[in-house]
Amino acid sequence: MELTVLFAPLIGSLLCGFGWRFVGETAAQWIATGSLFLAAFLSWIIFLSFDGVTEQIHILRWIESGSLSTDWAIRLDRLTAIMLVVITSVSSLVHLYSFGYMADDPQWKDGESYKPRFFAYLSFFTFAMLMLVTSDNLIQMFFGWEGVGVASYLLIGFYYRKPSANAAAIKAFVVNRIGDFGFALGIFGIYMLTDSVKFDDIFAAMPALAEMSITFLWADWNAANLLAILLFIGAMGKSAQLILHTWLPDAMEGPTPVSALIHAATMVTAGVFLMCRMSPLLEFAPQATMFITVLGATTAFFAATVGLVQTDIKRVIAYSTCSQLGYMFVAVGVGMYSAAMFHLFTHAFFKAMLFLGAGSVIHAMHHEQDMNNYGALRKKIPWTFRAMMLGTLAITGVGIPFSYDMFGFPIGFAGFVSKDAIIESAFAGGSSYGFWMLVIAAAMTSFYSWRLMFMTFYGEARGDKHTHDHAHESPMVMLIPLGVLSLGAIFAGMLWFKPFFGHADQVATFYGIPYAEEGAHGDDHGEAKADDHGTDDDHGEAKADDHAKDDGKKAKHHYVFTGKPGEGALYIAPDNHVLEDAHAVPKWVKASPFIAMFGGFLMAMWFYIWNPTLPARLAENQRPLYLFLKNKWYIDELYDFLFVNPAKALGRFLWKRGDGQVIDGTLNGVAMGIIPFFTKLAGRAQSGYIFTYAFAMVIGIAVLVTWMTMSGGAH
Amino acid sequence: MDNLLSIVTFIPAVAALIMAVFLRGDDEAARKNAKWIALFATSATFVVSLFILAGFDRNNTDFQMVEETTWLMGLQYKMGVDGISILFVMLATFMMPLVIAASWNVETRVKEYMIAFLMLETLMLGVFMALDLVLFYVFFEAGLIPMFLIIGIWGGANRIYASFKFFLYTFLGSVLMLIAMVAMFADAGTTDIAKLLVHEFSYGSFDLLGIHVVGGMQTLMFLAFFASFAVKMPMWPVHTWLPDAHVQAPTAGSVVLAAILLKMGGYGFLRFSLPMFPVGSDVLAPTVLWMSAIAIVYTSLVALVQQDMKKLIAYSSVAHMGFVTMGIFAANQQGIDGAIFQMISHGFISGALFLCVGVIYDRMHTREIDAYGGLVNRMPAYAMIFMFFTMANVGLPGTSGFVGEFLTLIAVFKVNTWVAAVATSGVIFSAAYALWLYRRVVMGDLIKESLKSITDMGTRERVIFAPLVVMTILLGVYPALVLDIIGPSVTALVTNYETALAAADAVSQAASQ
Repeated sequence: MELTVLFAPLIGSLLCGFGWRFVGETAAQWIATGSLFLAAFLSWIIFLSFDGVTEQIHILRWIESGSLSTDWAIRLDRLTAIMLVVITSVSSLVHLYSFGYMADDPQWKDGESYKPRFFAYLSFFTFAMLMLVTSDNLIQMFFGWEGVGVASYLLIGFYYRKPSANAAAIKAFVVNRIGDFGFALGIFGIYMLTDSVKFDDIFAAMPALAEMSITFLWADWNAANLLAILLFIGAMGKSAQLILHTWLPDAMEGPTPVSALIHAATMVTAGVFLMCRMSPLLEFAPQATMFITVLGATTAFFAATVGLVQTDIKRVIAYSTCSQLGYMFVAVGVGMYSAAMFHLFTHAFFKAMLFLGAGSVIHAMHHEQDMNNYGALRKKIPWTFRAMMLGTLAITGVGIPFSYDMFGFPIGFAGFVSKDAIIESAFAGGSSYGFWMLVIAAAMTSFYSWRLMFMTFYGEARGDKHTHDHAHESPMVMLIPLGVLSLGAIFAGMLWFKPFFGHADQVATFYGIPYAEEGAHGDDHGEAKADDHGTDDDHGEAKADDHAKDDGKKAKHHYVFTGKPGEGALYIAPDNHVLEDAHAVPKWVKASPFIAMFGGFLMAMWFYIWNPTLPARLAENQRPLYLFLKNKWYIDELYDFLFVNPAKALGRFLWKRGDGQVIDGTLNGVAMGIIPFFTKLAGRAQSGYIFTYAFAMVIGIAVLVTWMTMSGGAH
Repeated sequence: MDNLLSIVTFIPAVAALIMAVFLRGDDEAARKNAKWIALFATSATFVVSLFILAGFDRNNTDFQMVEETTWLMGLQYKMGVDGISILFVMLATFMMPLVIAASWNVETRVKEYMIAFLMLETLMLGVFMALDLVLFYVFFEAGLIPMFLIIGIWGGANRIYASFKFFLYTFLGSVLMLIAMVAMFADAGTTDIAKLLVHEFSYGSFDLLGIHVVGGMQTLMFLAFFASFAVKMPMWPVHTWLPDAHVQAPTAGSVVLAAILLKMGGYGFLRFSLPMFPVGSDVLAPTVLWMSAIAIVYTSLVALVQQDMKKLIAYSSVAHMGFVTMGIFAANQQGIDGAIFQMISHGFISGALFLCVGVIYDRMHTREIDAYGGLVNRMPAYAMIFMFFTMANVGLPGTSGFVGEFLTLIAVFKVNTWVAAVATSGVIFSAAYALWLYRRVVMGDLIKESLKSITDMGTRERVIFAPLVVMTILLGVYPALVLDIIGPSVTALVTNYETALAAADAVSQAASQ
């Protein structure tokens, strides 16, 4: 079954990409889409029936050299199962959506077949992403890692006639390669110290690694910290964290379904997945995790500030993605991997939906993407509006604060539940910088999300009147995926709260981590059993928890994680109490994201509904700040100045000076002196005579060899 | 078949001889015959060479299928293969039919052209199989001549300059090697490579012209061989002949040069430098590692700003050869496995990339990148093939390009993290120059008037690429095909190397006490 999930997209991709000439375009698209739905269906079965015990499936030998041994293999554990569901669900819906979105693309001339190519790329991407998450070793993961990079490159540059799309595609690939540079060095280091690249072996070696030091470049480092940082550099590239984030907004050049699938729901979360997968390493790398927290928090803040002033609808959402990924990394940094996975899971649904909704708007508006030319679309595209509204409620985190404490389960949209989980974890994890940055970012998230809604659907129609008049609701193939995803945006948080962010025993059971009872709780939890989704089950346990709460503080650490690194999908060190502490944070901490969200909403109302002239005036008054944000903190310009142009100049210098003058000029001055002499001879003689010279040389060599050998032997 | 190796080696030469003697005239029929004879001969060579592969015992690390007779003037003719050399033989026999097929459009001096390529094949195969110093040298040097002719006669506008530059660079390097060979013979009393491999050359340090030579004779001999092989590889900073040679060579010449001829340098390091002069290698390995790392970054940066497609790919070749030398002189299992793998893989990939340039050069007769743009609009199949090999060239996992790069890097990380870090940064630059090239040539709208009627690849061209695509994926997904064959021999090589170093270490410690 796992193999079917893994290879169905690949087969679909190949059949669609190469077979469409034989079966026709539409059939080819259905083959790709059908295989994705099959994979999605099986993935849900795997996810729901998974019992927490890690499974390994060997497929084929791969690179074997000395002690280095890698296989193509599947490692199925809870992390993988979560990712399988996310990837195949979003991907199959995006496939379906693309039937409508790509139907008549104005980028193409009549009679050009671009659709099978598009579907083949999408399916290929899905395959690579699945390889990434099912890998049982770092190198196969790297295969998937680079594979999704290529698919992303191909899809960003899908409109190959557009220079901007081509530039964005290259940028995405090259910036990701900078991350890969770190990732690769991390793999090398891990192999050097543990003599293996298989997760099982690596994880088992982690406690020892924490004590080791490694000489890398100019200094000695603590092995665990260094390796964690190197791997994190890889994650920064893929997940568009600050410094390496510049490619993500540009990646919006790709068709919108691509943005939804790759640049929101799946590929960009690969970095978060990598970090969670390497939790046994991170738990032993305190400095590295501190760095991850700070960088994640800063990214969440930075991207949100830039999102405030963008007017391209896709770019707003892109910066929002960047910012939300920052949230996930904060959770990773404070040791709450499960909260990171939770947000990854819910974010996939509502962010994919926001993108597909934006695509539906763009589709309706004849590929106009500037929100300055939108307005008052509420009535024109009501279903899209409703979906986008749900997505906005989800991302801004609308819900009832304290509902978990009051009712035993949280009530709110998906983003409310998972985002609050992260913010509480940040506080509980002792990172006040992370906490405050995330709260401020939550306010800005709310502001720019509502700004998007108001500029698009409310107010007066702006821009081209003709376009507005002809704005039309999208076809059913586009609306159905929106509907399905909106279910996720509403319910994913509430349904899966317990396994992701419940009490230690629930989380431990979910991930298959051994745990032990601490204190005098009477329930029999000796046998770890699966309670993936069963809401009934959750209700029952929630009540039990309420009773536990009554017992007061003593009840908080009833269960502790006792797994060794590698046991279960996550490793949580015995001294990592963030999970339980996060449930016990002060009331004001629990309320803060809600207050921030509401403040952001009010600001957006004020700016775009009550006083619509304010934004323009503010932009005028605060010109430098506005330009600073509008130009994304000038980071692209800075990089061009610091890296891109110098690299080209250096290349030119090395070529002309290095190769041309130094090497050809001086080092081989003698040879260069001889060449013209020969050239003159040859030029006079015509090429036919070259034979003569050549044979003379052969004879010369033969004589030389013979003489040398003979005289050599005489010694 | 006792003479299998010789048969494989000399089939092309015999075909060349037949052509030279019996094929008369320069009319259409004669040209056609020349092409078909060459194609048949190279294909036959490949088929027969499969018997070498089939009969090869991969667990035996000694030379196999050895042939030994006396040659002129008491010299020895000795051939054989082991795990290190056999795949180079296979690479050469595999590539040559494709090279001939890629030359189908040659118009001038077709017979001579085919003779040159057939002779070249014989000489290249000889290099990889020769087990006698003199025999090796003859093959090694004589191989220069057909290549020199190929560039000089069928090359581009500036071919004379390029061909002489090529010849002189490689020839001057070889002179030093020749001197070292004479010294080896004087020391060991034999030219038999198998015997030289077990001979211990002296490594006591001494002073020469006021310079203290650590590692003594071994270091000097290493340097002499290095001069030759480094030029052949080519290593930075003696690489500048390669871009010129590639640019002027006809497509098929470039393919042979990149796919097979360059590998002689790497093969030489593995056959001579490392096993015969372990102490010398050890003394100079850090320098070589640094040269390799510099080569990777330096040539990648230079590739970034090239205007000429072939030059760009040529510089990229130099960068990839940097991984090879780096792997060899990391001198551990992964390093050498990776180096050999990289050489084989680079044979397919760079060969294919030069063929890609050839495809459009045949149509437009220019290699200027600026002369192209938007080819995807009219050449979708070409765009796909070019994309595939571009990705293979940047070392995408799943293609063979990844395995070699990865193994050499992981190997050198154990030895020197600085070198590893600098070399790994090459993955960034390679992505930049390769995709930038692809964008300028293939992507974009088709605006240029001259390209409006360009045609996509024909059947012959697709057939040429097909085996290369298959090999690139096959080795990328299942590299055991290569690693299983070379593994035992590489293990033996590494073990001997380390034993020799340990012994030398023990001696020097005993001496110092």
